[in-house]
Amino acid sequence: MKRFNFTKRIFSLVLAIFCVLPSLLLGLSGCGEALGSGETVTLYVYNWGEYMSDGSEGCLDANAAFEEWYFDTYGQKVKVNYSTFSSNESLYAKLSSGSVSYDVVVPSDYMIERLIAEGLLAPLNYDNISNIQNILPEFQNADYDPDKDGDGYNDYSVPYLYGMIGIIYNTTMVDEADIGSWELMWNETYAGNILQFNNSRDAFGTAQYYLGLDVNSDDEDDWRAALDKLKAQKPILQGYVMDEIYNKMENGSAGIAAYYAGDYLAMYENNPDLEFFYPKEGTNLYVDAMCIPKSSKNKEIAEAYIDFMLTETPAVANAEYTYYASPNRVVLENEEYIEYMGEIKDDAYEKMYNTDSVMTSSYENLSGDKLLLINELWEELKSDVTVSAGIYVICGVIVGIVAVCAVYLMIRKQRRRID
Amino acid sequence: MKFLSRCYIGLIFLLLYVPILVLIVFSFNESGSLAEFSGFSFMWYEELFNDEEALSSLMNSLILAVSSSVIATVIGTFGALGLHRMRSKYVKGAVNTVTNIPMMNPDIVTGVSMMLLFVAVAAIVKSQSFFGFGTMLIAHVTFNLPYVLLSVMPRFKGLDKSLSEAAQDLGCTPARAFFMVELPEIVPGIISGLMLGFTMSLDDFVISHFVSSPDFQTLPLYVYNQTAHNVKFSMYALSALIVVVILVILLVVNFAGSVGSRKASKKRR
Repeated sequence: MKRFNFTKRIFSLVLAIFCVLPSLLLGLSGCGEALGSGETVTLYVYNWGEYMSDGSEGCLDANAAFEEWYFDTYGQKVKVNYSTFSSNESLYAKLSSGSVSYDVVVPSDYMIERLIAEGLLAPLNYDNISNIQNILPEFQNADYDPDKDGDGYNDYSVPYLYGMIGIIYNTTMVDEADIGSWELMWNETYAGNILQFNNSRDAFGTAQYYLGLDVNSDDEDDWRAALDKLKAQKPILQGYVMDEIYNKMENGSAGIAAYYAGDYLAMYENNPDLEFFYPKEGTNLYVDAMCIPKSSKNKEIAEAYIDFMLTETPAVANAEYTYYASPNRVVLENEEYIEYMGEIKDDAYEKMYNTDSVMTSSYENLSGDKLLLINELWEELKSDVTVSAGIYVICGVIVGIVAVCAVYLMIRKQRRRID
Repeated sequence: MKFLSRCYIGLIFLLLYVPILVLIVFSFNESGSLAEFSGFSFMWYEELFNDEEALSSLMNSLILAVSSSVIATVIGTFGALGLHRMRSKYVKGAVNTVTNIPMMNPDIVTGVSMMLLFVAVAAIVKSQSFFGFGTMLIAHVTFNLPYVLLSVMPRFKGLDKSLSEAAQDLGCTPARAFFMVELPEIVPGIISGLMLGFTMSLDDFVISHFVSSPDFQTLPLYVYNQTAHNVKFSMYALSALIVVVILVILLVVNFAGSVGSRKASKKRR
């Protein structure tokens, strides 16, 4: 008996060790980092997926170039930990949960506005970012990040790349006479060949621009009007899509889609029948900008990183890699870059930069109840059944199935007992 | 009738394997587009092996899958033993239900609650770099456990109690009886639990998304975040390689298994 207790105790001990093991590892990994920071500092960069030149196919590896440049300049070893996100909202979720801390993040305009409002960003010290003068003046004192301290620059953000939404169409399928306006996306001649954004803000945007409404409107009726327009469009759509758009447009299974100008060039490389225009009613202009979260532990290195990305070599490499438009003067004047754009498409440079005649506006951060409203309207558009009723129906069906199963099992048990 | 059943099987296999086949074929496509096949090339494979980020996230995925499934299997096997020996039927049922909850729970609920727990603990111990391999491991062990229990429990149920009692009658300690008599009988359940845990952990995205840190990115997280723009074609190459490796492993396991069982049946004769 005594022996049995002894082995039982050893068993419990072994099990306990296994349970505690992960937390021990956790502690160890934490220690390792603290010790290592004396030599190599890790800089955490959080950017959009596929949004920085990474050294593939002979282009510049921008992060490695920074590490080298920083070591040569300051004699301090820095390791860039580069990770990516797929939407502004997932970036927001990560930053606001406080589970991780980043040193440089690259959100879009309306998300920067929200992050500033919630006090999640640290103001930039432009003494450490001298290359800020490379950024064109029209990108300074932006609506999403106004220049409150009067130094002539955005307080919290440095523009990285920007772009505009336009309409991509296949010249073999679409008549040239029909282009020029958002009307093309509502044109019934092309029923079944039109793709719409599967993302509420951009989809509502297309309808709002078409109707001449404000995309940041406070008036619920405006949003309802846009919803009606989208509902009218639904029957002639092929579908609501996001990245499937690449394949659908490249292989010609769809003929018309609204998307971002930079991505159009990527599609054009695989299908030279594709053309692109900015609708005359106006369109969305968005800016992705580099910011430093308040939780950053290496703010000065982060500022050096931003400064480095504004210099000629990495800025040109990033613009060439992503095909997105650069707000950086040295990129626009770079001979190699102009030539590169010309090789992709004759008028690629003009398409991206000669856009003064295009009317643009930006999305602004909307209040919580407006976001709720848009979500509700979006659900209404996508489901056609009013949401609350749909949920009750589904719950009812599930409860019904469970009840039927339970009754069946009970009957079976009873029968067996009788047998 | 036979023709119909063959058609049905053919259709099922078609639906299961055509997507994978398309993926493998296009991983050799030179142009980097799904629109047309322009030429055979290994360039995406070359790019993949130069892509440090992708390879290190694959490495992380494997480390995490192996360690979490092993830990979960050890805890789960002893858990199943304990459950099996419980005397009260009601307590047993209750414990069984509770251990199944992580499996029934939607991943997103598990993920968010794990994240909140870790954030709270990090705030209590005032640690800055709390998230990482450790948190991922705890989360993965947690959701692997029910699968191990589920595959080991039936083995215990099918066990003849008198075998272990006979062993103890013949002078074995209870522990020795467990290792000598019971354990060999439940090994198939343990192995299937281990494999299940390994695959669950390898392809988990939702829970990892919440408890990960930039220090420790797994492959699903890496691929998902590329969807912001176009997914790299080297990912097609990577997926094709994973499929091939799994196929080879399965073939080897099945082959070895059949050889083993043939030997065993010969012995018995």
